[in-house]
Amino acid sequence: MGVIDTVALTKRYPSVTALDQLDVSVGEGVTGLVGANGAGKSTLIKILLGLTPATSGTAHVLGHDVTTAGSTIRSLVGYMPEHDCLPADVSASDLVVHMGQMSGLPYPSARERASDVLRHVGLAEERYRPIGGYSTGMKQRAKLAQALVHDPRLVLLDEPTNGLDPSSRDDMLALVRRIGTEFGIAVLVTSHLLGELERISDHVVVLDSGKLLQSSATEDFMHATGNLLVEVQGRSDADRVLGQALVDAGLRAWPSGQMVEVEVVDETTPDVVRDIVVDLGLGLVRMQERHHRIEDVFREGGAGSVQPV
Amino acid sequence: MSSPSEAPDATPAPAGVIHDIGYRPYSGPRLGERAVAWAFFVTGLRNCFGLGRSGRSKILPMGLLALMLLPALILVGVLVQAKNLLDLTEHIVPYSIYPLTTQLLISVFVAAQAPALISRDLRFRTITLYLARPARRTTYVLVRLASLTAATFLLIGAPLLLLYVGGLLADLPLRRETELFLGAIVGTVLLAACLATLAALVSALTIRRGLAVAAVIVVLLVSYTVVTTVQGISFETGHETVGQVAGVFSPYTLVNGVQVFLFDSPEGTPTPPDSDAMGVFYLFATAFSILGAVGAMLLRYRKVAG
Repeated sequence: MGVIDTVALTKRYPSVTALDQLDVSVGEGVTGLVGANGAGKSTLIKILLGLTPATSGTAHVLGHDVTTAGSTIRSLVGYMPEHDCLPADVSASDLVVHMGQMSGLPYPSARERASDVLRHVGLAEERYRPIGGYSTGMKQRAKLAQALVHDPRLVLLDEPTNGLDPSSRDDMLALVRRIGTEFGIAVLVTSHLLGELERISDHVVVLDSGKLLQSSATEDFMHATGNLLVEVQGRSDADRVLGQALVDAGLRAWPSGQMVEVEVVDETTPDVVRDIVVDLGLGLVRMQERHHRIEDVFREGGAGSVQPV
Repeated sequence: MSSPSEAPDATPAPAGVIHDIGYRPYSGPRLGERAVAWAFFVTGLRNCFGLGRSGRSKILPMGLLALMLLPALILVGVLVQAKNLLDLTEHIVPYSIYPLTTQLLISVFVAAQAPALISRDLRFRTITLYLARPARRTTYVLVRLASLTAATFLLIGAPLLLLYVGGLLADLPLRRETELFLGAIVGTVLLAACLATLAALVSALTIRRGLAVAAVIVVLLVSYTVVTTVQGISFETGHETVGQVAGVFSPYTLVNGVQVFLFDSPEGTPTPPDSDAMGVFYLFATAFSILGAVGAMLLRYRKVAG
């Protein structure tokens, strides 16, 4: 039994189907949940927390049924909402202690845990100031701290990098990665930025309009495509000249940005490409295997409504 | 479960930081629903008086508490010092009437603190964090109401206790004073519950805090003014039943009427309930007011999204 298992999970609102026959299995480590806005990510999280009932189908979190054991699940799970949820007139320290108590920790333990997790998320002296004066980055850290204070076995992070500048974003992603590996807490993290999830996830689940588009290990998304990317220079139209020459030589080639993508037929193909480049008198800048990216799933999956970033 | 380059050991601890002992899992006890509710209740009660919140939020509740105690302190002082001189045999202001005399302060307290406790969670959406934790929705609502009721009870009850202790120091008869005081405490519980549930309901319906403060003040002050006016007119014109019925429309006159009916406490209105039927009507009205507001709160929170 995995950390999260859903079978034919369906959620219908009067005017829209948010989740449609969803079968998802999530294990330990960091799992990315990808989907455009409105793909059903937040609905899925609310059902997993036992806050919204599903229309049909079943869902189990850490082996507990969400319809009957919502309270047990919520004591084992940490949740970081996407939206703002912090009161302005309380300090992060007081809030996190209080939230620890609300998860059943005795007061002394809650204080100790709060100070621990606030250090882990990187809130130093500012933790004693009212949250109203925090920057977005500090608020996100405080939100993460309250999700970790009771040492959950699973954390659900809804868009943790929302509104962060690039360097805070990197910090947050590194932290999420650490939670999944070093802290030993399973992580389900949503994002609409695919590149982020490629970096930190062991496993990626792609949702599109409430349906499961793909669920597999991140490495499978990134497997080599069997194509070569070739970058040349020397003339302004070097890539077009090369592409034409490759096609004339009987290879399948097409432009890919400023580069040319070539289908590898056998192990001699790279040599053939090199020779053609030399014959054309162009400079060969690089020749590399092309890897898939998660966004290809959206293209190949025919998800017309999805605009991968 | 991760790629080799991400293995935990690969990240060296930053040099010079000697207290980074890594992540420590928690293996201690996890308390049950009752302990969680109690912790929530205590935090809410503290927050009502500004404790655990910013320095600024302490000023109003603490100031109001001081203002509530001040008249009681003066009354006790007069009683102790000038009892024989003025030939006093009982309190200058009876326990049951003290909340009516200080109703403005009480109303301001409830109006300021109910939104601070109730609207705040809705406005900042902190309620999401509570709902994502083990406690149920119902528990959240009931405990919030209990915190506010307890805070209001302390505000109204503290000066009464001061009067009681002062009365004993001034050698008022112990037995009579204790009976009057206990009756007043029951009345205080009812009044606190009426005010807190009513104010909480108004606050839960208005997410904006300023609006909620104004709405609660208006509801409490306007109802009290209208009721006392109606009672005054009905008393002057001899239609006392009208005044008695009107009394149920303000928590202050309502609870005072209940105290008159149950404990023969000194009446604070010109037209207290004078028949058993009217007394029972007052009791029902009190129960209806409290339970109705609690029920409406539970309904309201059923719709709050997590």
